[in-house]
Amino acid sequence: MNALDFSVVVDALPFLWKGLQFSLLLTAVAFVAGLVLGTGLALVQHLQVPVLAQLAKGYVALIRSIPLIMVLFWFFFLVPLIAGWMFNNGRPMPVGGVLTAFLTFSLFEAAYYSEIIRVGLRSVGKGQYEAADALSLSTLQTYRHIILPQVFRVTSPIILSQTIILFQDTSLVYVLSLTDLVGAASKVAQLNGRLVEMYLTVAAVYLVICTSASQLVAVLRKRTRIATNR
Amino acid sequence: MNSPVPTDPVIRLTEVNKHYGNFHALRDVSLEVAKGEKIIICGPSGSGKSTLIRCINRIERHDSGEILVDGHRLTGDTKDVAAIRREVGMVFQSFNLFPHMTILENCTIAPRKSRGLGKAEAEERAMHYLTKVRIPDQAGKYPGQLSGGQQQRVAIARALCMQPRVMLFDEPTSALDPEMVKEVLDTMVELAEEGMTMLCVTHEMGFARQVADRVIFMDRGEKIEEAAPGAFFTNPQSPRAREFLQQVIH
Ligand SMILES: Nc1ncnc2c1ncn2[C@@H]1O[C@H](COP(=O)(O)OP(=O)(O)OP(=O)(O)O)[C@@H](O)[C@H]1O
Ligand SMILES: [Mg+2]
Repeated sequence: MNALDFSVVVDALPFLWKGLQFSLLLTAVAFVAGLVLGTGLALVQHLQVPVLAQLAKGYVALIRSIPLIMVLFWFFFLVPLIAGWMFNNGRPMPVGGVLTAFLTFSLFEAAYYSEIIRVGLRSVGKGQYEAADALSLSTLQTYRHIILPQVFRVTSPIILSQTIILFQDTSLVYVLSLTDLVGAASKVAQLNGRLVEMYLTVAAVYLVICTSASQLVAVLRKRTRIATNR
Repeated sequence: MNSPVPTDPVIRLTEVNKHYGNFHALRDVSLEVAKGEKIIICGPSGSGKSTLIRCINRIERHDSGEILVDGHRLTGDTKDVAAIRREVGMVFQSFNLFPHMTILENCTIAPRKSRGLGKAEAEERAMHYLTKVRIPDQAGKYPGQLSGGQQQRVAIARALCMQPRVMLFDEPTSALDPEMVKEVLDTMVELAEEGMTMLCVTHEMGFARQVADRVIFMDRGEKIEEAAPGAFFTNPQSPRAREFLQQVIH
């Protein structure tokens, strides 16, 4: 067994950095898109909008019962077939790995965020709605300025925890042959045979990012505890 | 009943009924409130006092009868509801301040979003009313950092910032520690002296004697008695009111 040689890592840094950038970008996009969509899914259920509420509930239940990797496969193989059948006389329309990854992660995260927000919505007391009503704020203004800011504040630690999981899950894009941090490392390792060094480096990067994010979760928890302590 | 007949009613309820499921919470309640009048509503727990004033700004929806506020008839029409709510301020037992906003933001949000005021104008107005309730120095704090009495005074200022024509109070001092009741009542007395039209659910009989033009006694969803405070407190007509007063005084 050879001694560890981390100089190979230094040589691979630019490539690894590219991979990490993709992981971070995918996380950021899925976070924003998932949160927006998830908020919508939670709101139609909270407001009991006819039809939409049932659809949202079914969608969330469905997504949450399927492993992410299945959703990725499903999107990658099935959607081109369906799209082709609908728009291209039955000839498959490839969606492409990158688009698949962004869409799938956004749609997948939306289901998880929506459950967090749905529970958060229930934590806001009825008095807040009554005060907003009495002040003649519209339903839209009430949710935008009064209810949702409180919901995001209360749920921010859980949302961030979910986002850490999301960041780790982005490594699953290897099944689409995309080059995220793990993908970059494994490609380099295949070329130079330095599997251990490469994967130790990747593990260290995940460790640093996720533990710092967890610290932030702890800070947020403390802050929301103070804020709700009225 | 020897109540004065109001000439120019700001609020007029005619045979209003309200059910919660099978429970008949308001039974044919009629009431006229003239501009500048102060009405105190009292009665045992569950008698429909909150329900009555909450129907006036449609926090609760009445089933039948007519409610007119400032010339607007309360129907399902959202425009009428919004118009009425702009003219009717409400103060709750549990304050219901927005905990994520500063005191100043609590006071400016509705004038800005609902009345369309600019930021500077809304803030100037907020400081005016915060000064009136004697807490301008707390404007930058959050509700959680204030005492109960201070929070309730902010809630009064917040409602006043909409410059309403009528103020509704639902047991504004019931959730307060005894030593804070007075500071809130003093604020309300001042408001009454300035000529605000007020409907107030309260068991603070001293306050009622001091400001009320009329006292309304409710029981089991019905308006049982309506009288000037002197007459009501010294010589209540119905046995239920007598019984109630004995309990409140002792
Ligand atoms: N949302 C509701 N659903 C069902 N019943 C209700 C609801 N709100 C009030 N009630 C019932 O209606 C009746 C009148 O309630 P209301 O709150 O108006 O009484 P109140 O006179 O204000 O009493 P309190 O002095 O306890 O505040 C009570 O019996 C109450 O249980
Ligand atoms: Mg009540």
